Amino acid sequence: MTQDTAPRAGSAISLRGFVKRFGPITAVDGLDLDVPYGTCVGLLGPNGAGKSTTMKALTAQVIPDGGELEVLGYRLPDDSKQARAEMGVVPQLDNLDVSLTVEQNLLVFAHLYRVPAAGRKAAVERALEIAILTDRRHAKVSELSGGMRRRLLIARALLHQPRLVLLDEPTVGLDPQVRQGLWALIDAMRSEGVSILMSTHYIEEAERLCDEVTIMSHGRAVAVGPPRQLIADHAGREALEVYGPPPRLAEVERHARERGWATRRTGTSVSILHSNGTAELDGVRRVTNLEDVFVLLTGEEIS
Amino acid sequence: MAVAPVRRRLHRLEPTALRGVMVREVVNFSSFWRSSTFSSTVDPTIYLLAFGFGFGSLVSTVAGYDYIDFVGTGIVATTVLFAGAFPAMYSTFVKYEFQHTYDAILAAPVDTEELVTGEALWIAARVGVYGTVPMLVAMIFGLNPSWGMLLVPLIAAIAGFGWASFGIFIAAKSEKIESFSYWQSGLLTPMFLVAGTFFPLTALPEWAQVLGNLNPLYHCVQLVREAVFGVWGWAAVGHLAFLVGFGLIGWRLAIRFMERKLIL
Repeated sequence: MTQDTAPRAGSAISLRGFVKRFGPITAVDGLDLDVPYGTCVGLLGPNGAGKSTTMKALTAQVIPDGGELEVLGYRLPDDSKQARAEMGVVPQLDNLDVSLTVEQNLLVFAHLYRVPAAGRKAAVERALEIAILTDRRHAKVSELSGGMRRRLLIARALLHQPRLVLLDEPTVGLDPQVRQGLWALIDAMRSEGVSILMSTHYIEEAERLCDEVTIMSHGRAVAVGPPRQLIADHAGREALEVYGPPPRLAEVERHARERGWATRRTGTSVSILHSNGTAELDGVRRVTNLEDVFVLLTGEEIS
Repeated sequence: MAVAPVRRRLHRLEPTALRGVMVREVVNFSSFWRSSTFSSTVDPTIYLLAFGFGFGSLVSTVAGYDYIDFVGTGIVATTVLFAGAFPAMYSTFVKYEFQHTYDAILAAPVDTEELVTGEALWIAARVGVYGTVPMLVAMIFGLNPSWGMLLVPLIAAIAGFGWASFGIFIAAKSEKIESFSYWQSGLLTPMFLVAGTFFPLTALPEWAQVLGNLNPLYHCVQLVREAVFGVWGWAAVGHLAFLVGFGLIGWRLAIRFMERKLIL
């Protein structure tokens, strides 16, 4: 094995050439992915890029057609149960038991996650604190707001103090201020040394929380690296945003193409990446961001 | 090269995992036990009273038994079906399709095999309790108590495990909840009627008697009557073996088809 294909020592998650097909569709097409211990890695990609399939494979709810998958040093799918005992999973779809109270939900999962009887009560208390729901412990889940439910879902995954947490679109469908509360929660988790893999299509989320991101498109990793590095490599330091009517925008795009500059449409404007202070065109200079990289590499606009 | 981690393979069907699944069921049950107990016991009791009074006014003895004794014991099988197969079908489907419960459970250290087994065991335990209720009602109307009745919860639970498993299997096979109609009308209702609960199989044409002998509910009915009236014979071993066999086959089928549904 070459250095490149060997599983990285000290990785909480290591995928090599992961392939998954559903009938004629190849959902994941040879994905390599690493989550070094103690880091937060973001999995970015448009819908259908294979993020969810990858997340499901990590809990052996998807069985790979090819490749090597290791989680916390356990080979998947054979030793997945052991890996699952040591990791927490926050699903994209809320699957709390709605007719139960907050505390009952946590108690049930303390059993499912095998928290020893002596530590169960303390684990539930700690989770209640993490979710900031200590004074709502007797409330039924159906009475909670969307943000509270999401906090409870996250706290539920932390009951057994896992070394690794998978977050599948942790803030999808939430208000901006609620989202920021959850970011604080995830950030606190990371600073305690928990390894995190987070799939998201909120670029800002990845930019803020992740040490490294993998951008997926059509079942493959198209870029891997720290967000700043990816921005610098693919979009340059600055972008020039040119506004105008459609014919003008088409002209700008042609001009940029001749110069070999990458562009992206942003609704009413064209952004020229790698512009780095060019004075050839009139426009608004702005700092590049991860969204530029995402759109450039996946060819898809953010919904 | 990475240091090989200590291989601590977890086993199949671990008690810890089964207990976790059952704890979830028990805690949830605390929030809906009233409706569940109502439907699982009141339906069979209504059948008991309707047949007991309605049919019982026409016939006094059936197959050598007072009719109330005949139907008051046979009704256990009806409860087994109502409290075993139906809750298994509906709760499995709802948990899979609408509540996404299985996603959460399978992300914990629980495998499909443990999930299915834990849920079937829990329903079987419930059937063991519910199964006795219509029989207790029949006692008010003249069914005499006997020591053999103490075995009825056990018989009901064994049959209940089979029917719970079969119900989970049906749910796993069904893409839509509407598909349940085919199973209910095409299979479960005929089985419910041709089980020797309300009239003896000997009243039926021969081909129906043969089919009746393949009906787990029939063997449950026979075993209950033999226990309650103390008429044990070698046939009881056959009935028990049939129920255990049905349970084992239903259990493996449920696991197999749930795996197909849950693990992609």
